[in-house]
Amino acid sequence: MEQNQSRIQLVAMKQSFFDQGLLDEQFIQLEELQDDVNPNFVEEIVILYYGDSLRLISSIEQALKERNLLDFNKLDTLMHQFTGSSSSIGAKKVKAECNLFREYCRAGNIEGCMKSFQQCKKEYASLRKKLEAYFQLARQVGSSEAACRSK
Amino acid sequence: MNLSNGKGSISTVTSTATMKSGEGSDQFPAGLRVLVVDDDPTCLMILEKMLRTCLYEVTKCNRAETALSLLRENKNGFDIVISDVHMPDMDGFKLLEHIGLEMDLPVIMMSADDGKSVVMKGVTHGACDYLIKPVRIEALKNIWQHVVRKKKNEWKDTEQSGSADEGDRHPKASDDGDYSSSANEGNWRNSRKRRDDEEDGDDRDDSSTLKKPRVVWSVELHQQFVAAVDQLGIDKAVPKKILELMNVPGLTRENVASHLQKYRLYLRRLSGVSQHNNLNNSFLSPQEASFGTISPMNGLDLQTLAAAGQLPAQSLATLQAAGLGRSTVKPGLSMPLMDQRNLFSFENPRLRFGEGQQQLLSSNKPSNLLHGVPTNMEPKQLANLHQSTQSLGNLNMRVTGSSTQGNPLLMQMAQSQPRGQMLSEITSPRVPRLPNILAQPALSNGISDGLLGRNGIASSSRAPSFNPVSQSSSYLNFPMNQSTEMSVSNFPLGSTPGISSMTNKGSFQPDVNSGIRASAGFPNYDIFNDLHQQKSRDWGMASQGPMYDSSSHANPLHGNIDVSPSVLVQQGYSSSQQPGHNRDPSLIGKSPFSLGEGLDHSNLQNGGQHFNPLIAESSTRVKSERVPDASSQTNLFPDHYGQEDLMSALLKQVEGIVQGENEFDFDGYSLDNIPV
Repeated sequence: MEQNQSRIQLVAMKQSFFDQGLLDEQFIQLEELQDDVNPNFVEEIVILYYGDSLRLISSIEQALKERNLLDFNKLDTLMHQFTGSSSSIGAKKVKAECNLFREYCRAGNIEGCMKSFQQCKKEYASLRKKLEAYFQLARQVGSSEAACRSK
Repeated sequence: MNLSNGKGSISTVTSTATMKSGEGSDQFPAGLRVLVVDDDPTCLMILEKMLRTCLYEVTKCNRAETALSLLRENKNGFDIVISDVHMPDMDGFKLLEHIGLEMDLPVIMMSADDGKSVVMKGVTHGACDYLIKPVRIEALKNIWQHVVRKKKNEWKDTEQSGSADEGDRHPKASDDGDYSSSANEGNWRNSRKRRDDEEDGDDRDDSSTLKKPRVVWSVELHQQFVAAVDQLGIDKAVPKKILELMNVPGLTRENVASHLQKYRLYLRRLSGVSQHNNLNNSFLSPQEASFGTISPMNGLDLQTLAAAGQLPAQSLATLQAAGLGRSTVKPGLSMPLMDQRNLFSFENPRLRFGEGQQQLLSSNKPSNLLHGVPTNMEPKQLANLHQSTQSLGNLNMRVTGSSTQGNPLLMQMAQSQPRGQMLSEITSPRVPRLPNILAQPALSNGISDGLLGRNGIASSSRAPSFNPVSQSSSYLNFPMNQSTEMSVSNFPLGSTPGISSMTNKGSFQPDVNSGIRASAGFPNYDIFNDLHQQKSRDWGMASQGPMYDSSSHANPLHGNIDVSPSVLVQQGYSSSQQPGHNRDPSLIGKSPFSLGEGLDHSNLQNGGQHFNPLIAESSTRVKSERVPDASSQTNLFPDHYGQEDLMSALLKQVEGIVQGENEFDFDGYSLDNIPV
């Protein structure tokens, strides 16, 4: 059935995230928090994360524009925040890239910072895209299930 | 789910449920009231959800300031606080300190950073736990243990001390079953230690263990303490009786004992030369003699203190701080300022005011105690009030540091006043109790406000010269929590609420309210400023401390000043040390606390009187001078701004504090613990 297929697809998608190392155990924790009171808890959290991330990414970008006069402390602080929120939702790969960036920061390696930041952005974009697809499907499954139930 | 919070600006605090005053012990730990502070909205939402799932009542905050005000408004509204380390508006550790000083709630820190040093910092600042992000719900499920443990320790302390209120504070008595406080050895050990060494300045307790149950000697508490002591009479003021009179739940006899010890030292110092206090005149005298030599430091006190009895460096610092500028003394402040290290030589023996304070001071982040206080006040430096203030600050800080436990006052100061340049220096956890002494008397009464309390408050603004000092002075002002506290802590001076409390003794013009009269006294540091400016160094008046409206007290140092006088004296002493100025009896009178212009010199006088012999003479003089000055900016301080000023400031502070204490009449108050 369509519904079943969708559900199977959803599960598979999620599993792939774990397999690819995009998400880690923390994501499961979030899912476990989801309940009737907050049926869309995970998605809500992730949306919050998007907002937060965009803000931080643009701040970092702005700071990196200084080119050779990078304020490493500031960058480290910003990235620390980004790391924190990424880890809260279980964004494993993004977190790893962020940590790499912070190491470059601590070492004062401008080039390394630039490069790893690009990586961060890339990972983040990729994750976001996948999660958006995932939640979209989940909503479909959920609504169709609800529709089924209402029948 | 409070999505709205998450999505929108999570600037407000959302409360999941009404705060009940106590948790239902039946369903404990369900209903535990948790306050979560984190600037990351994602994390905040997640934590809230997790905590709700654990059946706790959650309130979230995305700003530390908001959290603090929430906590202050609802003193008993929360059981535990969880806070992130890195926040934009305030450092998490700072918040931790504040909470520890003001509310003494268990605080859990969390961060994505799991570096050892950060975790260690959390531990040393008194966090009862440290969680690494991402936080799992399992970690949150057990946070109730910290609440229980804390209560249990307090309960135990109380029990041991024989006081009546054991356990009654903890509604969750059910859990006291077998909570061996092994985990919380700090607290336990603390209480035990406290018990054992009640009398000896035990600044160690605060440093020995992590933050044990801190007794925050807030202004109110100290006022209560002083009132009880006054009621009983200095000689008859034994911890047990004081405790009974105070009737503060959760306060142990040990807490009172250590606080009492510090207080006595403080009084002794204040009354060192002043005629008011017979207290320690004897004490101080010998010491003061030694002070004469000590010139650097503002001196006076420090040296005397040092001489007097091994005041713990901390105390010295405190005293100094008090004298100088009552800036918030941060426990950590080792009295760097003082060159007069001698002053601090007496490391905390005496100043251990209130263990609780100590805790604050030492254990707590020595945050501000002596912020401004330059660690080493070279004699020359002392010349500048700034310097002295700094040292004072340091002193205080130090004192507070060590005494943290006992000196809530100081601590408060420290806390409130980040001034601490000096403080930073003194960050040593074991701030010598010295400052505490000074701080204590003052602080508790609110003197802290004046003297110390002002720390944060006005002092900074004021002390132009002191800037550094002011910082430190903040702690001098006894840690009255933040300037705001000042009002609270107002020393019993009774005068203006808030900082003016100091004024009781009339010596201080309670400008403190806002911050020790910016004009005259620097709220905290003002003392120093005043000192410098005043130069009249009335040490005697030293107590002027933060601008307390001396007007209210015609009798400046009278009661409280006793304490301060000694302090002042000390200060005066140091000032006197200064070439030329020092021995000027007038200086004494001038009370170094020119603290704020408002400082009542009279206060200083009173306070200063205690000071060393020098002061003694001047004290008489001071007295006369003072009284009339009560409200005038008695510039007690001659223009020596240098050390003398500081000293006077200190003295003033001390006096102020002393005065603030609501006139504790030391007559007959024997400072037993004052290790001379």
